[in-house]
Amino acid sequence: MMAYALRRLLGAIPTLLVIVTVAFFMMRLAPGGPFDSERRLPPEVERNVKAAYNLDKPLTQQYLIYLGKLAHGDMGPSYKNKDFTVAQLILIGLPVSARLGLSAMALALLAGTALGVSAALKQNRWEDYSVMGVAMLGITIPTFVTAPILTLIFGIYGVSLFGLDLSLPVGGWNGGALRNMILPVTVLALPQIAIVARMMRGSMIEVLRANYIRTARAKGLSVSRIVLGHALRAAALPLVSYLGPALAAILTGSLIVEQIFGLPGIGRYFVLGALNRDYTLVMGVVICYATLIILLNFLADIAYGILDPRVRLS
Amino acid sequence: MIATGQTLKAVEEVKGRSLWVDARRRLLRNRAAMASIIILGLITLLALLAPLLSPFAYDEVNYDIIACSPHWWPGETACRAPGHIFGTDSVGRDLFVRTLFGARVSLAVGLVATLVSLLIGVLYGAAAGYLGGRIDSLMMRAVDILYSLPFVFFVIILMVIFDRNFILLFVAIGAVEWLTMARIVRGQTLSIKQKEFIEAARAAGVGPFAIITRHIIPNVVGPVMVYVTLTVPGVILTESFLSFLGLGIQEPLTSWGVLISDGADQMESAPWMLLFPALFMAVTLFCFNFIGDGLRDALDPKDR
Repeated sequence: MMAYALRRLLGAIPTLLVIVTVAFFMMRLAPGGPFDSERRLPPEVERNVKAAYNLDKPLTQQYLIYLGKLAHGDMGPSYKNKDFTVAQLILIGLPVSARLGLSAMALALLAGTALGVSAALKQNRWEDYSVMGVAMLGITIPTFVTAPILTLIFGIYGVSLFGLDLSLPVGGWNGGALRNMILPVTVLALPQIAIVARMMRGSMIEVLRANYIRTARAKGLSVSRIVLGHALRAAALPLVSYLGPALAAILTGSLIVEQIFGLPGIGRYFVLGALNRDYTLVMGVVICYATLIILLNFLADIAYGILDPRVRLS
Repeated sequence: MIATGQTLKAVEEVKGRSLWVDARRRLLRNRAAMASIIILGLITLLALLAPLLSPFAYDEVNYDIIACSPHWWPGETACRAPGHIFGTDSVGRDLFVRTLFGARVSLAVGLVATLVSLLIGVLYGAAAGYLGGRIDSLMMRAVDILYSLPFVFFVIILMVIFDRNFILLFVAIGAVEWLTMARIVRGQTLSIKQKEFIEAARAAGVGPFAIITRHIIPNVVGPVMVYVTLTVPGVILTESFLSFLGLGIQEPLTSWGVLISDGADQMESAPWMLLFPALFMAVTLFCFNFIGDGLRDALDPKDR
């Protein structure tokens, strides 16, 4: 087990290297540089600026310099936000994005599992059809449509129920207050809730037909004990391998959600950085995201081995 | 003797049902899938005939009727534009024609990008599965690595680098979507490769390329078709995502993504600008999903 974990972690290094390399050369082959602007700099100044950032050296040498610095955790200065290094910007943005993403992930897993299991227990009845219909809606309606609609309902019109004010702030982070998190997290989680619910329903239906479930029923166990004690663990296996893609989808969605709700996360840095050709910032964010995804895939594999004794991690 | 002859004849008369005939029958009986095919056909037809269906051009600006509602719109609006059945957008262009032109672009992106992913994925997957062994594990390891990349980010970088090139959008999205296809095809190939008819072909001296294209690929069509119908909506969503970030199709051309993101901006004052494109897109995505589910049920006799 430990040996496997160690090997997987070492195996992640070449993957990261590939990502860094591809991202680096893609950004550098792009026409236009970070210091192109309407106002031409005097040639000497431009030369000095480029020399300061090593942009005057051959491409391969720039690449090696970048790799060397990266190995020490130095992602260089941001070309556009002159007062910050990339590492500083990411440290500012990451906590926001991480809280947003992890909350959305947790919500998706909990709500999706609950919905999927209840649909599977009522297979082919109205409960099942309505859950699956809503799930289909969740998959087909993009985030940037649900966000403004929910904003309009809860933020601008304001909803009150039994005299209770349910209106929510429509943007801003406000230090991560719960009220500010509800809308973005919900919007981000909705498509994933739908996908998780569909997956859970499918695998639950399959597991409920298994012989050992019939045995459990014959023993006279209650439905809740059968589901929670026997079926859920087996049915959740496909979900574990979906964790990696789910994180990728949530990170992608966070680009939009951070934009719409004006949250200061790293997704916004990425979009702005790409549009401004802020090479180092974009690279930093891509490396950060890739590391997160690789890490989660690794954890998912380990979890799979623990949950399913048939899988030997070797 | 005579009796045996008759039974033989009777046996001959029972027509065998091939997998495909069976599948088509099951699909025809699936009401959701059939309705989806018809609706999708209608939307495609509308999109193709768009210029004939409206007196307005898709890029015809009219500053007298900016963000006007259709004349039948219930509720109060600032102005109404008779003749524009879906209303007008923020520079007074006809929203009906623009929605249909958006359908053209969105459907085209969906189809072309899916074809690109189909081509790469099927060839790659079939090659990996058929060649097997070390080459297979190497090829699939590469797919695993690519899987862990945050791909949309690369598409975004690509779109920025190549200045929102229309063709490149197709190719970039297609190049992202082939991974799952390759995995599915490889899995199928691994099981088909063991069958006797492949062995027979090999014994007859057929080369690996011919075996892959002539014997293996036709036999993986089923699962691939299912996945294709599920890829198209994914691609349409990706395109609209890029358009929302301002990296997709450029004015005056349009796509559902562009229309929806414009509409979302004006949602409070002009809800029709969001409603119609979003409705068209949602219905289309629904249809593709239902057709995909229907095909899967039809082609997979296990779950009958």
